[in-house]
Amino acid sequence: MEDTLHPNTTKEIKPPVINIGIIGWIRANLFNGWFNTLLTLVFAYVLFLTVPPFINWALINSSWFTTSEECKASGGACWSVVTTNIRFMLFGFYPHALQWRPLLAIVILIALLIYSRNRNHWRKSLAYAWAIGLFTMGLLLKGGLFGLESVESTKWGGLPLTLLLSVFGLTAAYPVGIILALGRQSKMPIVKSFCVIYIELIRGVPLISLLFMSSVVFPLFLPEGMTINPILRAQVAIIMFTAAYIAEVVRGGLQGVDKGQYEAAQSLGLNYFQSMRRIILPQALKIVIPPSVSILISAFKDTSLVVIIALYDLLKTTQTTLTDPKWMGYSSEAYIFVALIYFVCCFFMSNYSRKLEKELDTSL
Amino acid sequence: MQTTAPEKIPFFRDPTKLAIFYQFLTVLGVGLLSYYLISNTLANLERQSISTGFGFFDREAAFEIGESFIEYSAADSYGRALAVGFLNTLSVSFIGIILTVILGTFIGVARLSTNWLVAKLSAAYIEFFQDIPILLQLFFWYAFFYEILPSPRQALNPLPGLFLCNRGLIFGVPEWHSAFLYGGIAFLIGLIVVYFIKKWAAKRQAATGLIFPTAKVSVAILLGLPVLVWFLSGAPTAMNIPSLKGFNFKGGVSISPEFTALLLGLVLYTAAFVAEVVRAGIQSVSKGQKEAALSIGLRPGQVLNLVILPQALRVIVPPLTSQLLNLTKNSSLAVAIGYPDFVSVAGTTINQTGQAIEGVALIMIVYLIFSLSTSAYMNWYNKKIALVER
Repeated sequence: MEDTLHPNTTKEIKPPVINIGIIGWIRANLFNGWFNTLLTLVFAYVLFLTVPPFINWALINSSWFTTSEECKASGGACWSVVTTNIRFMLFGFYPHALQWRPLLAIVILIALLIYSRNRNHWRKSLAYAWAIGLFTMGLLLKGGLFGLESVESTKWGGLPLTLLLSVFGLTAAYPVGIILALGRQSKMPIVKSFCVIYIELIRGVPLISLLFMSSVVFPLFLPEGMTINPILRAQVAIIMFTAAYIAEVVRGGLQGVDKGQYEAAQSLGLNYFQSMRRIILPQALKIVIPPSVSILISAFKDTSLVVIIALYDLLKTTQTTLTDPKWMGYSSEAYIFVALIYFVCCFFMSNYSRKLEKELDTSL
Repeated sequence: MQTTAPEKIPFFRDPTKLAIFYQFLTVLGVGLLSYYLISNTLANLERQSISTGFGFFDREAAFEIGESFIEYSAADSYGRALAVGFLNTLSVSFIGIILTVILGTFIGVARLSTNWLVAKLSAAYIEFFQDIPILLQLFFWYAFFYEILPSPRQALNPLPGLFLCNRGLIFGVPEWHSAFLYGGIAFLIGLIVVYFIKKWAAKRQAATGLIFPTAKVSVAILLGLPVLVWFLSGAPTAMNIPSLKGFNFKGGVSISPEFTALLLGLVLYTAAFVAEVVRAGIQSVSKGQKEAALSIGLRPGQVLNLVILPQALRVIVPPLTSQLLNLTKNSSLAVAIGYPDFVSVAGTTINQTGQAIEGVALIMIVYLIFSLSTSAYMNWYNKKIALVER
């Protein structure tokens, strides 16, 4: 009794042990209420049924660097289908001895992307670095200059083709998209209606119809004797498609700029081009950076559709590998490998987009 | 007083004249480009002696289609073949949309669950399925059916009457009986009755303030009436269960591997996006709304119905429709796994007739009809639910 009255000797009463620490956390997050307890148990059971067999299949019983006959014997996952054919899957029909070139191009691209993550690096010099980088990548793939052996574009394939179509597609589509967005916002009725029709038409149809168009209708548009290679045709279709989506995103940015900014620019005596170039677009484009990353993600995923017009992108080289009688029946392993590549790329991009959104959000 | 006459504005600084000039340039540019393309095309068509127009509609298609909702054989016309493809696209999209909304809503709600395990699993699902191209997922499910699933003899049987094998998904259905037709009619009648009850209840509430339990009564009518009719017309319970005969199943309903793989891929992929939409919608309603509704004495059910849902739906519905439209557009990837949807049939038609322009135009028109009708509906809906601001 005395103890509790005397302040200096009062024992600190700790919360019950079941409310703190790991036990407390488990109680609060997994077993709060009968319904959540039931859910936890059901999902834990499902995980117990699925995860250990999967790990068994994918890691413990798997074979990594074997022939296909040895794979059949092991009973687990046959990652050998990936390790044996990895050069074909990643680079397609690109000449074997020259495959360091597309590899170097990919490394340059990744280095540029990582360097651009930090917003402090966003200066004019970065734009030049990108321009030089993109040019070098194209040069590495194509060759023909500086003693590099020229490689026909029909031999391009695999991951470089996927990256080429999406990165060049987005780069080329962006200016077109901005022009379309400005056209849609303009007060000139004819320009506006052309832009609206284009944007709504493209957004209303699936990409595959444009790719079909690129492979069967584009050749009819050209004068006799003139042909364009299939990769460029698909690239044009992807640019046309992406530009319409970029236009809608940029339009959102233009509408997000305060009306006072437009009026202030006009009252300074700037003409349309000056006010857009100096006042409106810099602000509008800043708003649309995060959604632009989302468009890059979809463009990256959408390039896989070129499989349907028989271009040898990452997915098509994988499928070709799987038609080899030796490696038939190991689709899951090969597809999981490709899915992993796509997942890692998209995951980093979408995380980055979320981070940017938080950083650029100046509202309270 | 001296006034200077306003300086005459030179034409290159006069916005109205400039506007006319730019628009003239645009029309000229677009016109010249189309003239160039069209004249090239006409020359090419003539040189390759490709006919134009939609005359091929009546000609014999001479190719088989794997599955179809209307009767079709290779002797039928291209027009009928395209109709088969159109119905296939429509059916996979329709079933896909229903399943996607259900699955997406569940995952979206689970994402916000207080249960740590459930919330993390849903988050992982969303991230995983969003980041892998839909086409790759379709290929995976297709290979799953043809490589991993066993032959009919060793078919998986997860539920009684439901079989999963490399011939697709096969399940039992009730034996056909006229009672089901009457039940269906009763359901339609129930719908009409519910519509009028709802109108009457709203009128009564506006006049007297009394709340009629519309939801409970509606469910009772919609479920009770068909069951009652089914019971009165003999309560048939015979089932048509598939059974193994030789190398394949007989009886029941069987769904092809292509259709199942396409449906599975579309639903799992789109549900991840729908889940994000649902989550954002629920989070957009501020907590104060719920607390305020509870404090004025509404019951939890009423809080959800009258306060939370109307506000959340305003945020959810526009992006939801665009996701469902994406599902419809993505169903065109059926061509890659051999399901005869509209794009696939049109592709075959292009190959056989050589009339690429008409074929691609048909594909575009069909999808434009879907998109334009959806956006017309969206505009109507947005107008209906828009906040009336003072």
